[in-house]
Amino acid sequence: MSEAKKYPAPVTNPETAAFWDAAKQGKFMIKRCTACGEAHYFPRAICPFCYSDKTVWEESSGEATIYTYSLMRKSPTGPYAIGYVTLKEGPSLQTNFVDCDLEKLKIGQKVKVVFKPTDGAPLPFFTPV
Amino acid sequence: MTIKGKAYIAGIFEHPTRHAPDKSTAQLHAEVAKGAIEDAGLSKDDVDGYFCAGDAPGGAWPMVDYLGLNTKKLRHVDSTETGGCSYIIHLGHAAEAIAAGKCSIALITLAGKPRTGAMPPRAAGAEADFESAYGATTHNAYGMCAMRHMHDYGTTSEQLAWIKVAASHHAQYNPHAMLKDVVTVEDVLNSPMISDPLHRMDCCVVSDGGGALIVTTPEIAKSLKKPLVKLIGHGEAMKGPRGGKDLDLTYSAGIWSGPRAFEEAGITPKDIKYASIYDSFTITVLMQLEDLGFCKKGEGGKFVADGNLISGVGKLPFNTDGGGLCSNHPVNRGGMTKILEAVRQLRGEAHPKVQVKNCDLAIAHGTGGLLGVRHAASTAILERV
Repeated sequence: MSEAKKYPAPVTNPETAAFWDAAKQGKFMIKRCTACGEAHYFPRAICPFCYSDKTVWEESSGEATIYTYSLMRKSPTGPYAIGYVTLKEGPSLQTNFVDCDLEKLKIGQKVKVVFKPTDGAPLPFFTPV
Repeated sequence: MTIKGKAYIAGIFEHPTRHAPDKSTAQLHAEVAKGAIEDAGLSKDDVDGYFCAGDAPGGAWPMVDYLGLNTKKLRHVDSTETGGCSYIIHLGHAAEAIAAGKCSIALITLAGKPRTGAMPPRAAGAEADFESAYGATTHNAYGMCAMRHMHDYGTTSEQLAWIKVAASHHAQYNPHAMLKDVVTVEDVLNSPMISDPLHRMDCCVVSDGGGALIVTTPEIAKSLKKPLVKLIGHGEAMKGPRGGKDLDLTYSAGIWSGPRAFEEAGITPKDIKYASIYDSFTITVLMQLEDLGFCKKGEGGKFVADGNLISGVGKLPFNTDGGGLCSNHPVNRGGMTKILEAVRQLRGEAHPKVQVKNCDLAIAHGTGGLLGVRHAASTAILERV
């Protein structure tokens, strides 16, 4: 368990500020391109697939499945599990798994987004459903 | 336009140190530069091209000045930074510069001391706010690749262990190797789990040290005394999660750099007699062998098992110096030492116990960055003339 772990506050910038503002409201946002229809993560102003600047914010369901993971057995802040999850909306992203038995993680497992506080905007993590 | 046969490696030097608390990083660069220049039979004042990466203190201009290179003659510099494979990319870029007449004697250096002290952090990319809190390290980034490779293809820890076993068989003959003991599959499996599914013995060593190369024209190489080793193919590529679309961590950018190099060389993986494959972790080797076409994707586990990578035993002798898994991993960057051992094999200068007979074609391949996050890859194909 890693509840006591302190996470760094996002620096944020004009391109991504809306993501962090939404995170403060408990919303997990992705970007979608209205020209090619593709969703992507982390959010960019210019679509990385078709280079259109017609990208818009969209609230993700926060529902995902584990693509892969690795349990780091030792670190200065204790064991932690890093991984990639694939969102219901399509994009895959890097995260940590929290609030669960790290030994029982499995590829394909269903997870959902959960925010953890920092000194700034909260950070998204994933936990088994 | 091709660089095939347009550049030769005329000088090599690998620093014998594995722990250098009594030396500066710049000093190590100078020592390997001196070593490679002398190996080629040249003088520092002959050098007219200099290549270095992020490990060179201050970058190119402080290093050129510190090294005392002949600035009246020096006319080409390149500080391409792609992590551990920077030096394989430099080799290709040196050949391009030589083919274009931009320089004729290029020096490439790598050196540093991660075993003595912590390395400075890498500059943050655009992804920093969205990833840095999750603690991606080399161990778990490669662990994520191994975990998915096992899931998709049934690769096992036993198969990965064979890569370390093969490296240890070679390292026993390298007097400078950090780990000289021959290990078994069981030894690897019984070593502590670091980041699932990678055990301690799936991981490379951390060492101080460095290495350097002299790359030159065919004419100058032929005027020198060393056996002739020429670059006949080169490739470079990059890969990342691309906005999260179609994530697949079971292959690397080597799937693009490898075919580019083989096509330029006009040969296939079957022609290769010796392979230097970056071995930051056992999974790195397994994935690279698949990506380069030594076996089909997903069949790397079977390919590396049962000693197939051991010189004199298997079909593809690899990392006969013991590699990063056993010998050294200077500055946490394995690309330079991959080239050095490939040149030693082609010159016939490898240890007699691991020297490949009639070694006329070799590959040196590496990655840089984190395989499970964002990385570069570069492939060089070398021929003994």
